[in-house]
Amino acid sequence: MKIAITSKGTDLDSEVDPRFGRAAYILIVDTFSLGIEVMDNSENVNAFKGAGIQAAAMVGENGAEVLLTGFCGPNAFKTLNAAGVKVANDVTGTVREAVNAFNEGKISFTDTANVEGHW
Amino acid sequence: MIISIASGKGGTGKTTVATNMAVSLGSDVQLLDCDVEEPNAHLFMNPEIDKMETAYTLIPEIDEDKCTFCKKCAEICRFKAIAVVSKTVLTFPELCHSCGGCVVVCPENAVTEAKRELGVVEQGSSGKVKFVHGRLRVGEAMSPPLIKKVRSHIRPDIINIIDAPPGTSCPVIAAMKDTDFVLMVTEPTPFGLHDLTLGVEAVKLLNIPCGLVINRSDIGNKDVWDYAEKENLPILLEIPFDRRIAEAYSRGKMIVDEMPEWKDKFIELYNHIKNLVKREKN
Repeated sequence: MKIAITSKGTDLDSEVDPRFGRAAYILIVDTFSLGIEVMDNSENVNAFKGAGIQAAAMVGENGAEVLLTGFCGPNAFKTLNAAGVKVANDVTGTVREAVNAFNEGKISFTDTANVEGHW
Repeated sequence: MIISIASGKGGTGKTTVATNMAVSLGSDVQLLDCDVEEPNAHLFMNPEIDKMETAYTLIPEIDEDKCTFCKKCAEICRFKAIAVVSKTVLTFPELCHSCGGCVVVCPENAVTEAKRELGVVEQGSSGKVKFVHGRLRVGEAMSPPLIKKVRSHIRPDIINIIDAPPGTSCPVIAAMKDTDFVLMVTEPTPFGLHDLTLGVEAVKLLNIPCGLVINRSDIGNKDVWDYAEKENLPILLEIPFDRRIAEAYSRGKMIVDEMPEWKDKFIELYNHIKNLVKREKN
């Protein structure tokens, strides 16, 4: 299956970016082959508003079923939810470690945002 | 005549200057408190409110039966207030700036405008001074549309004094733009000067004539005066750090009521502004 992970870089050994909406990159990783599709999120990094919503719509469009990230705000969460993407917050370490943790069933999913929205 | 009273830094004395100038002028004057997030001019003016109206802004409503999920509405929205994911259209009313772009671009006429309450606009009078203010609904994040509703009560035949919110962001611009003069109230402290500088830069962009009131003028240092000279900003009034003024304020009283000798100074302040505006227009 395809899972989305927020990342500071473009490969599996990059660190997970704790921010969702304004993450540097969002990697779509195939959990079986470990193949990567890199989504450049630079447009949202500098977005005036609604970075989380936009990033969430992008993740949904790219067919990811799961998102692993650090922090996810209420608007992003609502959008991910509508797109049918399950969300795991507070993920740290490298992208590879996060994928392994997911494959080993060590990741737990949330049913709420874990940070407040901001203006 | 429309004068907006702004500051950059909060707590410098905008409301003190706005209310005292309005009361000193006495008649043919209207005070519009545009600090709708926390209006306080009424605490000093004690106006009798005789008219109250609820203000609304327009937000999109999607008819999902008509929608083909083409995303045109989401693409045009600069504020990302609409997201289309799989077969759902999500709207985020709190991000919407009511431009109506989504309604115009929808090829299926599936987007219509619904109302969201912004707050209330109250009108009244305090003696012969007319009074208008807005009170933003608790939980509402967007104040400029309500500020515009307050400003819709501006009367071209009288003097309109706008008490602006602090800062330099959208609400302040909404309160300052299209006015004849911006009176910046500052204090001679590093913080006061820092935020005054930001405020003056904003006023320059709007191309409105500007002058200063220096409140608590005998504290701090002389940097504000140096700045005013360098920027060619006229200093129209200095108010000292006087215990009697602070005491009057703390009891919700006007300076001009407690110390009537100040009335002439506020009238003179207005006359200064009037002359500067006249000079600018010639």
